[in-house]
Amino acid sequence: MKSPRGLAIGFLALVIAACVAGPLFQGPAYAQQFRDVPDAAPSRAHRLGTDDLGRDRLARLLEGTRVSLLLAPAAALLSTLLAGLVGATAALAGRWIERALLAATDLFLSLPWLFLLITVRALLPLNITPFASVTVTFVLLGSLGWAAAARVVCADTRALCSADFVLAARAGGSGRLRLLWRQVMPNLMPVLSAQFWVSIPVFILTEANLGMLGLGVAEPLPSWGGLLRELEGFAMFSAHWWQFMPLVLLVVVVGCFHLTLHRQEISI
Amino acid sequence: MKCKLALCLLLSATVAARAESELRFCLRSEPKTFNPVLVEDDSSETVRYLTGGVLMRLNRATQQLEPELATSWKVSGNGKTISFKLRQGLHFSDGTPFTAEDVAFTMQKLMDPSVHSPTGDAFRSGEGRVVTRVLTPTSVTVTFPAPVVGLDKLFDEVAILSAHSGQKEMAVLGPYRVADYKPGSYLLLKRNPNYWKHDTSGRQLPYIDAVRLEIQQNRDMELLRLMRGEIDFINSLDAEYYDKLKAQASGLVEDAGTSLDAEQMWFNQVAASPLPAYEKAWFTSTNFRRAISDSINRDDLARVVFRGYARPAVSWISPANKYWFNAKLQPRRFDQQAALALLAQDGFSRKNGTLYDRAGHAVEFSVITNAGNKAREEMATMIQQDLAGIGIKLNVVTLDFPSLIERITRTFDYEACLLGLTNNSLDPNTQMTVWLSSGDDHQWDPHQKTPATAWEAEIDTLMREQASTADVKKRKQAVDRVQEIVWQQEPFIYLVNKDSLSAVSPSLHNAHPVVLRPQVYWNIDQLTLGNEVARTR
Repeated sequence: MKSPRGLAIGFLALVIAACVAGPLFQGPAYAQQFRDVPDAAPSRAHRLGTDDLGRDRLARLLEGTRVSLLLAPAAALLSTLLAGLVGATAALAGRWIERALLAATDLFLSLPWLFLLITVRALLPLNITPFASVTVTFVLLGSLGWAAAARVVCADTRALCSADFVLAARAGGSGRLRLLWRQVMPNLMPVLSAQFWVSIPVFILTEANLGMLGLGVAEPLPSWGGLLRELEGFAMFSAHWWQFMPLVLLVVVVGCFHLTLHRQEISI
Repeated sequence: MKCKLALCLLLSATVAARAESELRFCLRSEPKTFNPVLVEDDSSETVRYLTGGVLMRLNRATQQLEPELATSWKVSGNGKTISFKLRQGLHFSDGTPFTAEDVAFTMQKLMDPSVHSPTGDAFRSGEGRVVTRVLTPTSVTVTFPAPVVGLDKLFDEVAILSAHSGQKEMAVLGPYRVADYKPGSYLLLKRNPNYWKHDTSGRQLPYIDAVRLEIQQNRDMELLRLMRGEIDFINSLDAEYYDKLKAQASGLVEDAGTSLDAEQMWFNQVAASPLPAYEKAWFTSTNFRRAISDSINRDDLARVVFRGYARPAVSWISPANKYWFNAKLQPRRFDQQAALALLAQDGFSRKNGTLYDRAGHAVEFSVITNAGNKAREEMATMIQQDLAGIGIKLNVVTLDFPSLIERITRTFDYEACLLGLTNNSLDPNTQMTVWLSSGDDHQWDPHQKTPATAWEAEIDTLMREQASTADVKKRKQAVDRVQEIVWQQEPFIYLVNKDSLSAVSPSLHNAHPVVLRPQVYWNIDQLTLGNEVARTR
């Protein structure tokens, strides 16, 4: 299992390096429209061709990857922290707090995410920059995506609380906070870590879905979701191989995240 | 033996099924009504067009009225009265005879205030009763309380109802009648056995026995079904799909030329909007609006976004509207130097690539458009780059449609909007609510108590003038002048007129798509299918 995981980590590192180093190389800007060559095939000037408006596909793919790969882990971190906080508090606190927190968790699980995101997107000020808008979108994804993980964390914390080493610590006079910090949290780390890695591809795909609805990242900033819109519906049947590159990259990166995660799951 | 019998049965069933020619195409939504006086959605309009018999029909190719159930008609009293001579010996699909009483009954239903007929609304020109007089079984006169503009053309949408049939609105005079309807699945129309038209050889029309309208909302599925031969045509295609289909099967696609529809952009000029005062000053300035218009490369929009299947727009009336379009007007040329000169007149100046107004505010605004409409999003993105050329920062915001409508009609919390205008009618009078300053659809500043500007007051006067006379020349002069004012003032910045694109299966014969709706099947009773041609031979 080590080899595929190593390959996955290596590939992710390569993608991240390409995103970071991409702007250092001279090349067309991701927003620049070369209107004389719209929808062009790959060439020396445009290595992956151009899109419908004549924008360089490679530059847009790198920028879109940067946007998605920067913000999806940030949203995953936010949701994992919230899940840890809510789940652990629910398990450690008294009964009514636990009930209230679990009821809130159920409420979040039952919320129609998509409509909520569309509504919030509509309420945002119109003159915010595309990057601010996409950041808000991912913050929303992070703030809404903690509920399922919180239930897992709560169940694990409850199990940990009745473990012998926690009982021994409690018998030794440890207070609740000390117990949480020194005994429970270190043992919750594998669960939280797994939730973090699981959330990244989920958020990437959610943003891609929003992008497919035209509600993702604002123009001219690209994201994987926005780039995938080119393959909507009937257009996919007549697309050229280079138009599938965002899809290939998305599938491979999400796959790599899952391979990276596999070790974490085993160690839980 | 059993197998052979089954095969024979199957073959005979197939032959029987093929013997009846059936045209198939898709409706994008469920028809809301089969009652022709209540039609307001596209799908119901399709059913009305295919089943309803009208007194006269606008020929979609020549844009001229032609006699149908009425052999002749005469408009008099400055557009207040219309008299019809009717054909004799015609019958509804259920066998009930057609007489002048049916015309009177239809007019009564149409104008009944309790029915709320959208078709009838077009005839409401003033307070008072509509009087229909049946002179003989084949002649009838309708008198309105006030002149009705373009009166005769309005009858293109009036499907005659039977006054005596027990089947009520299901008894029809058009080429087809409703035979079967499975909500969410299909609507089957079968030939009207009493349809009155015959071809030159004396054969009763229509040639095609049945029309199956498949209810299919997904446009991709519609295309796939056309490719698989499951449907016979697609009435309206967007440029991207047209191009892709053309690449795969060039014989399938048809470009009927410039359509009546326009894509346009406008600025929020509502005085009570929550915009800052300096932005209101920008948007109410004619120079500012014209500068923005001059900075937009319409040729690029037509070539890149619509792949050449569009042309730069000039006016609120498309060049496809042969009579009413003001041919003296030319599209605005892409000229950013001229734009900067206009802006300089208003005290704007450019520093380090950014445009500033007189008070030092950097010029930045957003344009909203509906999410999911790829062509509009692409147009907005191209305009974004064009405006960057004169130092303006444009933020493109896509919103779900209800949120967008909320902003442009209720809260007025937006700066600019990019949308399209779908136009079904040739007569400019149908756009009264857009051009009257008090109108609901006067989008840049609706519901004005008194016109905010002198040019809006002039438009009000001209539009009322053209609506109050039946003299077509006077109307044309007034409408031409309104087009000139709009071209000068640019409350709407017209971007492009899209082409009317459709796809027609090679098995469908005699289809000559046109720009007016319904593009492909406007001559439904003349269409034939491959097997029908073979059978005729």
